[in-house]
Amino acid sequence: MPPATVMPRPADQRDTGLEDAELRERLAYTWGRRPGIIGWLMTVDHKEIGRRYIVTAFAFLALGGLVAAIMRLQLARPEQHVVGPDLYNQIFTVHGSNMMFLFAVPVMQAFSIYLVPLMVGTRNIAFARVGAFSYWIYLAGGVFLWVSFILDIGPDVGWFAYVPLSGPQYGIGKRPDVWAQMITFTEVAAMATAVQTIVTVFKHRAPGMKLTEIPLFVWAMLVTAFMVIFAMPAVMVASTSLILDRLVGTHFFNPSEGGSALLFQHLFWFFGHPEVYIIFIPGTGMVSAIIETFSRRPVFGHVAVIISLVATGMLGFGLWVHHMFATGLPELGASFFTIMSMTIAIPSGLQIFCWLVTLFTGTPVIRTPLLFVFGFFFIFVLGGMTGVMVASIPIDLQVHDTYFVVAHFHYVLIGGAVFPLIGATYYWFPKITGRMMSERLGTWNFWLAFIGFNVAFFPMHILGILGMPRRVYTYQTDVGWDRLNLLSSIGAFILAASFALFFLNMLRSARVGPLAGPNPWGAGTLEWLADSPPGPHNFDHIPVVTHATPLWAERESLPIATGISVNRREILITTLAEARPEIREASPDSSIWPLLAAIATTIAFIASIFSPWAAVWGSALIGLTLIGWFWPKSMREDEE
Amino acid sequence: MIRRLPYVFAFAGVLSGCRHWQSAANDAGAEAERIWSLTLTFTIVLGLIWLAVMVAVAIIIRHRRRPPFSLHDARLDGAGHRRNSWIVGSLLAATVATVAILTVLSFMAQRPLFAGRAQTAGIRLIGHQWWWEVRYDGATPSEMFTTANEIHIPVGTPIRLSLESADVIHSFWVPSLAGKQDLIPGHNNSIELLAQRPGVYRGQCAEFCGLQHAHMGLLIVADAPDAFEKWQGAQRAAASQPQENDRAKGAQVFVSKPCALCHTIRGTPAGGKFGPDLTHVGTRAYIGADVLPLTPGSLAAWIADPHGVKPGVKMPPVHLGADELNAVTAYLIGLK
Repeated sequence: MPPATVMPRPADQRDTGLEDAELRERLAYTWGRRPGIIGWLMTVDHKEIGRRYIVTAFAFLALGGLVAAIMRLQLARPEQHVVGPDLYNQIFTVHGSNMMFLFAVPVMQAFSIYLVPLMVGTRNIAFARVGAFSYWIYLAGGVFLWVSFILDIGPDVGWFAYVPLSGPQYGIGKRPDVWAQMITFTEVAAMATAVQTIVTVFKHRAPGMKLTEIPLFVWAMLVTAFMVIFAMPAVMVASTSLILDRLVGTHFFNPSEGGSALLFQHLFWFFGHPEVYIIFIPGTGMVSAIIETFSRRPVFGHVAVIISLVATGMLGFGLWVHHMFATGLPELGASFFTIMSMTIAIPSGLQIFCWLVTLFTGTPVIRTPLLFVFGFFFIFVLGGMTGVMVASIPIDLQVHDTYFVVAHFHYVLIGGAVFPLIGATYYWFPKITGRMMSERLGTWNFWLAFIGFNVAFFPMHILGILGMPRRVYTYQTDVGWDRLNLLSSIGAFILAASFALFFLNMLRSARVGPLAGPNPWGAGTLEWLADSPPGPHNFDHIPVVTHATPLWAERESLPIATGISVNRREILITTLAEARPEIREASPDSSIWPLLAAIATTIAFIASIFSPWAAVWGSALIGLTLIGWFWPKSMREDEE
Repeated sequence: MIRRLPYVFAFAGVLSGCRHWQSAANDAGAEAERIWSLTLTFTIVLGLIWLAVMVAVAIIIRHRRRPPFSLHDARLDGAGHRRNSWIVGSLLAATVATVAILTVLSFMAQRPLFAGRAQTAGIRLIGHQWWWEVRYDGATPSEMFTTANEIHIPVGTPIRLSLESADVIHSFWVPSLAGKQDLIPGHNNSIELLAQRPGVYRGQCAEFCGLQHAHMGLLIVADAPDAFEKWQGAQRAAASQPQENDRAKGAQVFVSKPCALCHTIRGTPAGGKFGPDLTHVGTRAYIGADVLPLTPGSLAAWIADPHGVKPGVKMPPVHLGADELNAVTAYLIGLK
């Protein structure tokens, strides 16, 4: 965008008294970035970073799906030799770690980075440079895992990396360290983004947007962000203690020296179970957004849904022991976790009832996003039902660590998060790219995904009951698992085809799809007020909100807030509960330091699996980049 | 009564057409039977709830419409709010009630599971990468014996197994008899088996334990009480002295080659503790933790190249001449 040269610019030009076209041009200049590769590396625009995050996460989805296909080839028939045990163990470890840490959590946060500022009506995300840092760290962690895998030092101890198998005595070479340090990378990235989301939602909302009027997707991402902050430190303690056990001979997990192998499991699952909800709650937010728009009415029980999101987020922390029922815990302790695991069905049920009533009393219009929501109902509710089964200790003792559980969590995660995610991609794609995705390909995409998924994963319930344990690279001919496995593999390839179609549709539509305009679905939330794709400044005027679906409440024209600078990056800070305007605050400019800090952090993280001293000189290196990052600049104080 | 209800998983049997000796649905143990009844109850109740949700979705799909989108067709009015609240409220109450009932059922089913934990165990099961060491206890040392990968138990008598691990975490699971329980280094776990029908039941390690986790199987043989006594008596005895020439030569090879460093054959100088006890290896149905059925051919193949059969197994290949290999195989097969 060229600089506005029409009028001499006063030092502090406000957005009052400017023609619309000029206002737009000047705001775009102020919030835009330098052209070229350097500008690309320096940008702190939440939309560019969010887009980058989404594309990267989808790339990891494709890689993770590719290795899953290899697993299904290997298991299609008994005693096959497509891959050997060593490679297979690396593959299932990398598949699980990749899908959880590099795809599912980041892709949800990516949508949050892109959409939350738009949905709450602000011009950039809070702590914008931290967002850039978060992306680079995430990218480094992901590349680290996959390069290790290609170099045959991919972790082979499962995505849960139980000690002692991953410990100093049994873990091979640096493989478990790669797993442990990949955790550190992705958790740093996730927590940084979580902090940004919380602050953006609490302090950057458009004036008038009360807590109860925040869109449900934003609420879901807020609850998720809090869960990230409380859950992720536990797994970082676990993975860092593991590295210490392996590198400098501490004995956190060594029973013969007073450590405990079970301690690792507690730490891991204290994170690991909330992790499931960290993936699923954003999915419910997407479902709420889609249902609202396509049933042409606000979600029934807006507050009830918010309460159930918060309740799910809290109860999610009281479930972790149901992953450990077979470890021989005392009855009373284990039973508590049965009750908690059963209880979490209640808020989830409440949400589903609210959605059904919304669709029932609305006038549903079926487009691809809503198709995927129907798929979500079919698959996720079934996964929820098997979830109630594994909450029961006796049933769990049979099906734990079998293909029944593999089926269960793929129903919950693919049904509860990936189906909504694909629906959400079809839904928000016009906002992000300015073009609609093809409905025809979308319908094909849905049916292939729906049929492929169920053919691939439903038989696994039965395989688990028939005694097939998880994480086996092959199985004998005399146990009766061959036909169901073959069926499952066929389904897996149909599912893979649906993803190929999905990616194809995105690539094609991004270039030749019909132009969307700002609000192609006639939706009610603020992101549809901005252009498609939004300009660097998101909104020409900061809107004033009076309703949970502002565009439906004020159909002719939205009230606006004025008085914000157009030639400095300035955002409006509002109060937490009522969103009354408090001050105008400076929002950071582009900077190269987040990238440099991320490079320094990457060097320190990777080196510290080889030498404990890297933690020392690595900290100094990171410190240097942080000095650059925080070097004092003449910056105006925030103003009332 | 419930377990006689139409078999939910019957069609799986039709699809697979093999014997299910490792199936939770083929319940032959007291614990497995309790769990299978509970599983069926849960499946039916939860399946009906799922169906109800699907019916609701189907009705919604029938009421769809196909207008173009516009900002102006969206409704904001709260008509029917009271009725909708009642619907959601009563569905929620029904959910709470269902969840409570299922929780109570689950608690009732778990009581026998935890009741006997304090009892002393008659068998020590020790997990190794990737095989099972089985030690039978007795009143005197002469009544104790060690075997591997095959556990015999008498039908109708509850038998408690203590579960230990020599290296990483394993999990003991014989679905037809009971749920699983982990073998964790530094922890004392145990499990009770009560077989109600004689038979051979297959089990497998259920906790990922490294390279050959897939090939860590074991058999539980539930014998009639007198057959069990006979088996136990035979196992307590030391290995028989080979009579034939080639078997005597095989015994000689076994103790003069590295075999004896890892394996014990009671009554001979072979006393290694690292690998499975082979005193009565000829009585077992399988070798290599349930990888191959025990035949002279498979045993010879295993000894000649264990890594060809089970890549990564801790047993090193031992170089033997053809006649040595045949002699050792004959010797071991004859250890009844």
